[in-house]
Amino acid sequence: MAAATESLLAVDGLVKRFGGLLATDNVSLGIREGEIHAIIGPNGAGKTTLIAQLAGEILPNAGTIRFAGTDVTGLTVDARARLGIARSYQITQIFKGFTALDNVAMAVQAQDGHNFRAWAPARADENLRKPAAAILERVGLGARADVRAVNLAHGEQRQLEIAMALATRPRLLLLDEPMAGMGKDESERMTALLAKLKGEETILLIEHDMDVVFALADRISVLVYGRVIATGKPDEIRANVDVRAAYLGDGDA
Amino acid sequence: MSLLLFLEQTLNGLQLGVTLFLMAAGLTLVFGIMNMVNLAHGSLYMVGAFFAASFTQWTGSFFLALPLAILATFVVGVLVEAIALRTLYARDHLDQVLATFGLILFFNELTKIIWGPISIFMDVPPLLSGRVELIAGAPYPIYRLAVLAVGLAVALGLWWLIARTRLGMLIRAGASNREMVGALGVDISRLYMLVFGLGAALAALAGAMAGPIYVVEVGMGDAMLIKTFVVIVIGGIGSIRGAFVAAVIVGLVDTFGRIVPAQLGLPTAIAEMAIYILMAFVLFFKPTGLFAARA
Amino acid sequence: MTGLKLDRRTWFVIVLLAALALLPLVAIATDNDYQIAQFRRILIFAIAAVSLDLILGYGGMVSLGHAAFFGVGAYIVAILNWHAAREVPLFGMMLGTHNVLVTWTAAVVLSGALAGLIGLVSLRTTGIYFIMITLAFAQMVYFFFVSLRAYGGDDGLRFPGDTVILGLIDTENDVAFYYLVFGILCAVLYATRRLVNSRFGMVVQGCRENERRMKALGFATFRYKLACFALAGALAGLAGALFAANESYISPSIMHWTRSGDLIVMVVLGGMGTLIGPVVGALAFLFLEKTLPDYTEHWMVVFGPILLLLVLFARRGIFGWFLPKEDRHGGSH
Ligand SMILES: Nc1ncnc2c1ncn2[C@@H]1O[C@H](COP(=O)(O)OP(=O)(O)OP(=O)(O)O)[C@@H](O)[C@H]1O
Ligand SMILES: [Mg+2]
Repeated sequence: MAAATESLLAVDGLVKRFGGLLATDNVSLGIREGEIHAIIGPNGAGKTTLIAQLAGEILPNAGTIRFAGTDVTGLTVDARARLGIARSYQITQIFKGFTALDNVAMAVQAQDGHNFRAWAPARADENLRKPAAAILERVGLGARADVRAVNLAHGEQRQLEIAMALATRPRLLLLDEPMAGMGKDESERMTALLAKLKGEETILLIEHDMDVVFALADRISVLVYGRVIATGKPDEIRANVDVRAAYLGDGDA
Repeated sequence: MSLLLFLEQTLNGLQLGVTLFLMAAGLTLVFGIMNMVNLAHGSLYMVGAFFAASFTQWTGSFFLALPLAILATFVVGVLVEAIALRTLYARDHLDQVLATFGLILFFNELTKIIWGPISIFMDVPPLLSGRVELIAGAPYPIYRLAVLAVGLAVALGLWWLIARTRLGMLIRAGASNREMVGALGVDISRLYMLVFGLGAALAALAGAMAGPIYVVEVGMGDAMLIKTFVVIVIGGIGSIRGAFVAAVIVGLVDTFGRIVPAQLGLPTAIAEMAIYILMAFVLFFKPTGLFAARA
Repeated sequence: MTGLKLDRRTWFVIVLLAALALLPLVAIATDNDYQIAQFRRILIFAIAAVSLDLILGYGGMVSLGHAAFFGVGAYIVAILNWHAAREVPLFGMMLGTHNVLVTWTAAVVLSGALAGLIGLVSLRTTGIYFIMITLAFAQMVYFFFVSLRAYGGDDGLRFPGDTVILGLIDTENDVAFYYLVFGILCAVLYATRRLVNSRFGMVVQGCRENERRMKALGFATFRYKLACFALAGALAGLAGALFAANESYISPSIMHWTRSGDLIVMVVLGGMGTLIGPVVGALAFLFLEKTLPDYTEHWMVVFGPILLLLVLFARRGIFGWFLPKEDRHGGSH
């Protein structure tokens, strides 16, 4: 059934209500293997809610989510993660008391398994440490491996979270505003990191910084009031009348 | 079981239920609004009962003593909140457990120092002594009926307070969304203090009214406390309505749990365990209780 | 790199264990032999406190019912011994026995199994609900034993224990029994130290630090927490078994909910999430419990506020003060 053109992630008719509020309004969406697909939209548009449903933290009221050919709509968060959906959060979720290396090693262990081994020291386990150290290098935190996460700068914590997501060797990365709360330098570093990942990973990217989005994204979907009003290549989105009216409006600041 | 016994036990169960509700109503708000575990709530119940016993002795009237005891316990509650608990709101649950566990030890011992280790037997106020035949052939103590009535009246009053007043609106908002109340520009620490004092007053009312039925003794709050927890957890933290429904259920189950198994030839072990089994059962299916206030 | 830090911790452990190893000898030399049973009790509660530290300090699970598992372990040993002594059949069979290989194993297995069952329901909840439900289950177990009239109910059960353990150690011989308990404590400390640093231990600590992140990484967290909870229950059961052997008398009061509170106090007082800290905590707690009453009958009126101050100002506990800052586990923060 899985035709060659089928998207890695296929969302169909997704609906989520919070009481009277329609946070996800009949969203259908396809993410293709290898692309960076950005989702933009004003505050409260329902971007985080959408990601939470893709990851399994929130269950939709209606609609289906298919990932790599399987229906994952009813699966738990951890089951989806094991299938290859990794995410970062708008508000950083890391192990604050662990060192940076331990954080990533934990993520490596998530896909390496043997979680009931209760005797051999995990911190001496090359199968965990080596890949973890390599990934820290890859995101540019190699020098900070032994620093406790709580002592890392905000930008570094965001990088660490992406390192953790990468360490699970995901097939799809869901990134919820990776630059949230970052200074200029930090944002630039993160943008460089994302540019490095482009082509290597499949990414669903939520981001408010339009320069970054239009520079990085292969395709963009625009979400307003829980509804996708347009999907297309950056040029198409720029030219789209609805988008200009509803969102880009007077040109973003 | 004869019909008369059944009716009598039902009344007993309801009376225990409203007492539990008085305890649970305040505490569930403390849990819900402040996200705070307070093990020392049972101590306020005990303190209320001891105050009532002493004031009854001094004034010679239970009806004078009752409001005095409530007022005194309210003051104790507000003081405890200001001195000890306020700093704990921002701490994690373990800290709260530990600190309020310390408060229990403190209050039990202090009560022993002030009132001595001997239990106090309070008389039923003369006005309410004796029995009435609600149903022919089944005389029931008037005092217990009065307790039931007061409990129901307070439940109604609370419902009115929560549903119809501005304070109640803030409390409801706080129980389901703490940040929001702060955003409304309300003085949170005053709201907390009020809620805590209200809880203390209700606990004192429960303890004072329980005085003439049971005995007033050190540690009397501990057993009550744990039953109150069961009520709160079954009802759903932060929900007054849940507390009421659960209190009635727990009161009835606890009361009948003591007589039904024996009559059916089941091991009496079930008696004390009944409410805990009930709680486990409820939480297995609804891990946040029947009427969770927080989504 | 970490040499100096480790040294400080190691030194502390060495000094502490050496002191505990010498304790009976000192007691004998100073004509205090009668205190050795008391010292054994300290070590036994230390084992229970270490087991609680697994879930409290490493797993971030605030259980207010840990004494139940301790009590069940003790009761299993007591009941089996009682049946053997009275030659009364148990479940229609002659199941009673004095053999510690049987009684202690049964205590560990059954209390672990009970913890598994209780965990199965409790771990579906979090936060205040978890605290309350563990407390409620412990009350259930407590009242269960209170209502077992055949085994003394409220009054407890006195039973003749095995005097010779495995044909080797005479429980009447205070010193030999002390070293057996000491050996078990050391083994438990070593095994739990390995455990918390293993892959499994990292998963459990990950759940404490950020369970949401653990799930998003793909860990089915429930089963690891459950395993940890059951294991801690089993270890508490072991401590209970030793307690029964030590006292030859038990009553439901050992699993009263305030006992669970005491165990938490020991863990936090000594230093949560350090394993060795709870040993110190048990020592300090039982020492205070024994000596404070010498000064005032109303020592609780002092001890209660001490707990409050401990929480407010000395959260790292006694062992925590000896550790360099980076080396301290933060507990469930
Ligand atoms: N658990 C919830 N319960 C009720 N309403 C919610 C809940 N979570 C989100 N909402 C509401 O749903 C809407 C969408 O929220 P969401 O966080 O998905 O927006 P967003 O696009 O991520 O916004 P932002 O750019 O600020 O991150 C908002 O109006 C929000 O208030
Ligand atoms: Mg968002």
